[in-house]
Amino acid sequence: MHSAPYRVKVGLATCGIASGAAKVYSALEQALQGTDVRLERTGCIGMCYCEPLVEVIAPGGESYMYGKVTPEDVPRLVEEHLKQGKPVRELLIMGEGAETDDYSFLQGQHRILLKNCGHIDPEDIESYMAVGGYEGLKKALTSMTPEEVIEEIKRSGLRGRGGAGFPTHAKWSFTRQAPGKQKYIVCNADEGDPGAFMDRSILEGDPHSVLEGMLIAGYAIGANTGYIYIRAEYPLAIRRLKVAIQQAQERGFLGERILGTDYSMQIIIREGAGAFVCGEETALLMSIEGKRGMPRFRPPFPAQKGLFGHPTSINNVETFANVPRILHQGAAAYNTLGTEESKGTKVFALAGKVRRGGLVEIPMGTTINEIVFNIGGGISTGKPFKAVQTGGPSGGCIPAELGDTPVDYESLKKIGAIMGSGGLLVMDEETCMVDVAKYFLTFTKEESCGKCTFCRAGTYQMHKILERITEGKGREEDIDTLEELAEKIKAGSLCGLGQTAPNPVLTTIKYFRKEYDAHVKEKYCPAKKCKALIEYRIDPEVCTGCTLCARQCPAGAISGEKKEAHEIDQSTCIRCGLCINSCKYQAITVISEPRVTA
Amino acid sequence: METNIKTDLKNLAAENPVFAIKEIVRRHSMQRGAAIPILQDIQNTFGYVSKEMMQRAAEFSGIPVGELYSIVTFYAQFRLEPIGKNLIQVCHGTACHLAGAEKITESLQFETKAQAGGTSPDGLFTVEKVACLGCCSLAPVMTLNEETHGRLTPDKVKKIIKEKRRQAEEEKSAGKGASQDA
Repeated sequence: MHSAPYRVKVGLATCGIASGAAKVYSALEQALQGTDVRLERTGCIGMCYCEPLVEVIAPGGESYMYGKVTPEDVPRLVEEHLKQGKPVRELLIMGEGAETDDYSFLQGQHRILLKNCGHIDPEDIESYMAVGGYEGLKKALTSMTPEEVIEEIKRSGLRGRGGAGFPTHAKWSFTRQAPGKQKYIVCNADEGDPGAFMDRSILEGDPHSVLEGMLIAGYAIGANTGYIYIRAEYPLAIRRLKVAIQQAQERGFLGERILGTDYSMQIIIREGAGAFVCGEETALLMSIEGKRGMPRFRPPFPAQKGLFGHPTSINNVETFANVPRILHQGAAAYNTLGTEESKGTKVFALAGKVRRGGLVEIPMGTTINEIVFNIGGGISTGKPFKAVQTGGPSGGCIPAELGDTPVDYESLKKIGAIMGSGGLLVMDEETCMVDVAKYFLTFTKEESCGKCTFCRAGTYQMHKILERITEGKGREEDIDTLEELAEKIKAGSLCGLGQTAPNPVLTTIKYFRKEYDAHVKEKYCPAKKCKALIEYRIDPEVCTGCTLCARQCPAGAISGEKKEAHEIDQSTCIRCGLCINSCKYQAITVISEPRVTA
Repeated sequence: METNIKTDLKNLAAENPVFAIKEIVRRHSMQRGAAIPILQDIQNTFGYVSKEMMQRAAEFSGIPVGELYSIVTFYAQFRLEPIGKNLIQVCHGTACHLAGAEKITESLQFETKAQAGGTSPDGLFTVEKVACLGCCSLAPVMTLNEETHGRLTPDKVKKIIKEKRRQAEEEKSAGKGASQDA
């Protein structure tokens, strides 16, 4: 054994645990008993595609990152690396001796916000304080007036990271100036966009940074109570927030007379109950008040009349996490990053058909191609890159031809998409864009709260039309009707949900019109995705008659004698595709051909 | 600590469900806008929220029962019916959709014999579709009770269900004596 101790860190966020990191951790715990190796837990470093991740920090400080570690790998890791000092090359993804290109995942990024995620122990306040945690709060409370704090945020150019990009300082200053003694600060952690997990990772990996941001914001606007409205689907994030709140209280950063000043603050956690519309600020407030989460007309804006009728500032998790960094390092350092209009960095949840999916943080203005290829490593299936989708159900699909578009609020808006909260879904040639549009409308149709007629009935109609198209029953006029409905829904809805719900349809029609035409006019699905328009066929030349597919088929649609070619009965086939997964000889193919309809 | 409180309420509920609801309401009595947390605690304790439970909660809290009902039917989290022994939530987020979540739901329905949103006839499994579990890099994903399973294939689903059935059989033959929380 070496004299100075090794440190071993295991990423224990939700994705890590889902991949088996907790088992790896306990295997390490057992194997390291009686040694002086320090085993530590940390959040998500963002390399979700390589989970479970284990980082070994050598006595000299060199870091070795191991990916896809299983409990079975643990004895080797301990014996070869920790005892003999020889890194296990086959498992190494970063650090000296690594033979993979995984380092480029982090190299293309610029991590300010995620700096601590995957490095500090999220359940230990000491670990946060050791890297400058709560310095921003100290600076604000002891050397700045609330107005100066707002001025500093203004200089930084910070804009709301929830999607709309409203200047944060303006929100704070309206709330500060609004008459009334009782004011509230609310953290929107109702990350409802399917395909987005930035906020979850920040809360799981660096919860104190969000608390610190809220504390600074509360000081700036004059609030004594803060609420964190968080999805109940994030149990680990909720647990870590509770731990963080307790530790901050014990340290005097939270509670009565913080750091000996006149400023007091309490923070209450409220669990969401599963309604996407509650991400909208007025609906969120209704939900905290214990009502159905239905948006209301604005003005009055929450800054004037918010929670329980009092002035309230609602900011997103990522926005809050930016605040301590700005205060601690100064606005000048912060706003050197990004573009003219969009300052700083943005965190994206990169997922879909991409080789290296995970959490990425990039300076505003980085292009889509740079994200997908340099950081993400290109398409996972090896098929051509087709599109990215940003902003979830409110966003749009951006075709590969526009891959040079810089990611900032204005550029994305110009091409019909939005920045959104940070979901970035990569699609390859096998993705049917009509199906994607239908998918999002299925979502918004169900999540519409029902208050505005156009949103409630309009999204339902759009979904029905899209369903018809994907079933090969589309009519000539359908695309025009979709566009007309889209415009009316946008104009006739109170909140962001309805106003943006048509975006996925509009952008797919705009950039992938040919696919719609194929479905409507020729009744086929170029991506071979839409069930009603495809057939599964067995190639009799390749089929060995192993009978595996016939046994798998839930509909009993496959017949054939043992050791003879099998056949699929198209009238009973339900096109579930289980057969294609079971076939070991690639004898089954999916086809979709243009049909001439009478 | 958190789990202890939950077990407390569950034990109380087993003894006297009305007392449990009273206790839940009492714990939230100092809070503004407590309706949703009260209903969440009731569901955590009983597994669902029945009309009778809402009636009781209304009596104790003074919140009109109609208001409680309007909340339960608005938010996706609440269930009016009890669930099976194992709760399976299949993620239908965008990444999972692209990765074939539909296929996972289908094979789950096939293996458990439960319709999506419903419970299997043997009462062992409830299969639900949910919007997004936030584990997009592991798509397609589902949770079985508290555990998350990623990179699913119909084959993996089959194995997981088989294993759960085997466990249920074992528990059955071992007798109902030993309860897990103590």
